[in-house]
Amino acid sequence: MDTVAQLVILTLAAGTPLVFAALGELVTEKAGVLNLGVEGMMLVGAVVAFIVASTSGSPWLGVAAGMAAGAVVSMIFAVVALSLMANQVATGLALSLFGIGLSAFVGLDFVSVVIEGIKPLAIRGLSDLPVVGQLLFGHNPLVYLSFVLFAAVQAFLYRSRAGLVLRAVGESPQSAHAIGYPVIAIRYAAVFFGGACSGLAGAYLSVAYTPLWVEGMVAGRGWIALALVVFATWKPWRVLAGAYLFGGVTLAQFQAQASGSAIPAQYLSMLPYLATIVVLAVISRDTVTIRLNAPASLGKPFHPAG
Amino acid sequence: MIRLEARPEPSRTFRWASPLIAFGLTIAIGMVLFPLMGKNPFDALHAFFIKPVDSAYGVGELLLKASPLMLIATGLAAGYRANVWNIGAEGQLTLGGIAGGGVALALHGSTSPFVLPLMFVAGIIGGMAWAAIPAWLRTRFNANEILVSLMLVYVATLILSILVHGAWRDPEGFNFPQSKMFTESAILPNLLPETRLNVGLFVALAVVAAGWVFMEKSFTGYQMRVAGLAPAAAHYAGISSPRTVWLGMLIGGACAGLAGVGEIAGPIGQLQASVSPGYGFAAIIVAFVGRLNPVGIVFASLLMSLLYLGGESAQLNLALPSAVTGLFQGTLLFFLLAADVFIHYRIRLRRAARSTAPA
Amino acid sequence: MPSMNRRTALATMAGALASAALPVRAQSKAAGPMKVGYVYVSPIGDAGWTYQHDIGRKQMEAALAGKVTTKYIESVPEGADAERVIRELAQSGHQMIFTTSFGYMNPTIKVAQSFPKVHFEHATGYKTAPNVGIYNARFYEGRYLAGIVAGRMTKTNVAGYVAAFPIPEVVMGINAFTRGMRSVNPKAEMKVVWISSWFDPGKERTAAETLISQGADVVTHHTDSTAVVQAAEAKGVYAVSYHSDMSKYGPKAQLTGVTHVWGEYYTKTVTAAVEGKWKPGSIWGGIKDHMIKLAPFNAAVPASVRDEVGKIEAAIGAGKFHPFTGPVKDNEGKERLASGKVIDDATLGKMDYYVEGVQGKLPASK
Repeated sequence: MDTVAQLVILTLAAGTPLVFAALGELVTEKAGVLNLGVEGMMLVGAVVAFIVASTSGSPWLGVAAGMAAGAVVSMIFAVVALSLMANQVATGLALSLFGIGLSAFVGLDFVSVVIEGIKPLAIRGLSDLPVVGQLLFGHNPLVYLSFVLFAAVQAFLYRSRAGLVLRAVGESPQSAHAIGYPVIAIRYAAVFFGGACSGLAGAYLSVAYTPLWVEGMVAGRGWIALALVVFATWKPWRVLAGAYLFGGVTLAQFQAQASGSAIPAQYLSMLPYLATIVVLAVISRDTVTIRLNAPASLGKPFHPAG
Repeated sequence: MIRLEARPEPSRTFRWASPLIAFGLTIAIGMVLFPLMGKNPFDALHAFFIKPVDSAYGVGELLLKASPLMLIATGLAAGYRANVWNIGAEGQLTLGGIAGGGVALALHGSTSPFVLPLMFVAGIIGGMAWAAIPAWLRTRFNANEILVSLMLVYVATLILSILVHGAWRDPEGFNFPQSKMFTESAILPNLLPETRLNVGLFVALAVVAAGWVFMEKSFTGYQMRVAGLAPAAAHYAGISSPRTVWLGMLIGGACAGLAGVGEIAGPIGQLQASVSPGYGFAAIIVAFVGRLNPVGIVFASLLMSLLYLGGESAQLNLALPSAVTGLFQGTLLFFLLAADVFIHYRIRLRRAARSTAPA
Repeated sequence: MPSMNRRTALATMAGALASAALPVRAQSKAAGPMKVGYVYVSPIGDAGWTYQHDIGRKQMEAALAGKVTTKYIESVPEGADAERVIRELAQSGHQMIFTTSFGYMNPTIKVAQSFPKVHFEHATGYKTAPNVGIYNARFYEGRYLAGIVAGRMTKTNVAGYVAAFPIPEVVMGINAFTRGMRSVNPKAEMKVVWISSWFDPGKERTAAETLISQGADVVTHHTDSTAVVQAAEAKGVYAVSYHSDMSKYGPKAQLTGVTHVWGEYYTKTVTAAVEGKWKPGSIWGGIKDHMIKLAPFNAAVPASVRDEVGKIEAAIGAGKFHPFTGPVKDNEGKERLASGKVIDDATLGKMDYYVEGVQGKLPASK
């Protein structure tokens, strides 16, 4: 029982950065913009969060700063890809390169710093309850924040007028423009939100999950978050499930090894990627689902004059 | 407010001026950035852009590093023009390296002149096979090729890791994860004494030339471009969409596989846990900076290669941390991508009173 | 000097060494400090493999102030790019070049052929040449000592090891640690998780937490970040750091650490080069050579344990004790080394089995 609780806690902890980043990217993509710079934005978020947390002494201030930093660098992408209509794939990749360099550069003086990170909750009485105590009340506060973000994104996209407009922009920017919506401005906002979420994901890594700063510490999670969005066919709840599946597969692999499994670790490490491909194929097979959920204008630039 | 207005036809001036503007802006940023770090900006720029190529060896290195980039980028461009988004060239390169390396190891010690050609064929097949997976999943199951090809990069790296840690490990290598060194017949002949430049450059240039003919002059290339620009029209014109996807992916895979063989049979000379420092990803940027045009790609690959060399040179000559290089590279790429907008659009000032612009 | 030929088994190499016995004279350059270059595989950072080399570089530079200038290039990928970087260092007048990662072996040898007058030293490899020496440390000696501490401090009798790739270097460390642990606590068992990466703080953390959730109350690692020590600190268990002293990341958790000390060696070999007496060596140094040092003990480690470790440390240093002294059994019960025998370096360098006490089966072993 206790091990099960432990497993759940570890899975949620490993999946949370993916939830943040993938939910942000989902909103960006729903507006028709493909930003492949998630890895770079996460790194910038991670380093800024860490710097602010260590200099101010407040990890929460760090989290806020990380979000802001992710949002700010995403605006470089927005200017180049939205206003200047450069190719989104290339611009996103350049953003990743840039973010990797920028984070390494500004973080140079902070690699040796130790901070007090955001710790998992320990609510007297509640967290100590047998079985459910840890399961319900033993997570990192940011894990609960990821639930809130999920609910907010879900409600925004499917229950609010603004969400409807955003989806319309992603579906058919020409029509949205014709009705009088500011397509470019809405896309800017969506990219901004995606950047903030990536920054938050990075901040989670550097001030909560592994409170430290080292170059390249995001270690490919940004790319996985991108995959998750498609894996989830642009549905928030599937992003959530996918993130935990991804975290869970890695964890299950470690669990199996610790219990003495002899399969080469590389085979096990392949599993999450192969699983994503298979699920992608299975889900995409149903063209109706894809067409209903995938933003039709994804990756295409929009210029009001046509 | 500043707004962009479409030009009636693409500007010839900006076709050439855009990269120069981008370069100028990056230099301007460098002029601000380097003094802030206590470095003379002229020394820094010299270290970045001149020092790496002031010797025959340096030029050789420039071309050596540009070869795989132009090779892969040309293959990718063929697909990108047709809206086939293969971003997994790194994985296809790795598989090409594995296949070519497998041949080299199987024929270890052979002096036959056919070893290298066989390695190239194997590499092409390996790269194509890896690219065929996303092509098949896209055409059969409609699965997004961007994601599938990206996921397969990780899988390819792990396959290589399993091989060099296990079956293909050098039995005399104290269990360290690398294969035997290839024998003479499996190594690309050197081109210039005192450099590492090898005949792989000619292979790359030949492929780029062939790519130009295919994309600009052939009917299939034209069909693919139509499929990319106007999918609906292409459909009505009877251009098969699955065929376009297959061609786009396979050409990209073949070129990447070829590049993989070029690496293992060139500067590396054996199979290691990693056979590429990210050429497959860098080539995507090269393809776009080169505007998906083989001629542009040659220039872009030289520039990209120079940026890598410049980063090392800046570390060596000025003790600039490697982090600065990434920053500088990213900045230049942004400017290059952004400046191209002026080929198709021009700036119009409207109501000059509100001059706060998003650019 | 107190060093052993690491891979005496290789006859070819012995030949190479014999022919290289004559010192290679440094170029009689015009007066001025000698330029020494370092090639690093990762950013220097604040802990880990490269960080320790950089400390060594700085110590050497300080000790030889005025006689040498040093330069380093960090984040050089193993593979095709390494050769150019090494060559650039040689071409720009560096008379001595240290290449500090296994993957630089073949590039180092290649460049050395073009620059016969430049001295090269390659860490952790096995190929030498008339102007290429190799050096490495007997990390396993420190692992054994740390294992003793772990064996005394564990209450659950389960230790956990976060490892990167199953190469002999890493396997040797796992085995030495386990043997040290079981030498004082035969009931203790070792659990291993391979994460297929030298550096990924997130994965390292997850792997450490997995091990802790399966009962490990002492964890250690052969990966490059501080994440494992931090995980132990957060979960209230013990940790043994590797590469660097990471006590500031886990003041309560870190029992001790197996740290690499290169400064003394760098000073010695560069001094020889400055004086024109450098010869390519094949150094596999240990406690005796001060290449391995335990980080200061945690306050929780009782004096009795410190004494115990100190005695074994002295015995290893004096050459009276070897962590792999028979009987050595693998974890399937097969005897690998007969009672009383001491493992030779060549066999040690090819270690591809788990010793008794390690759970599971070594991946990719034949």
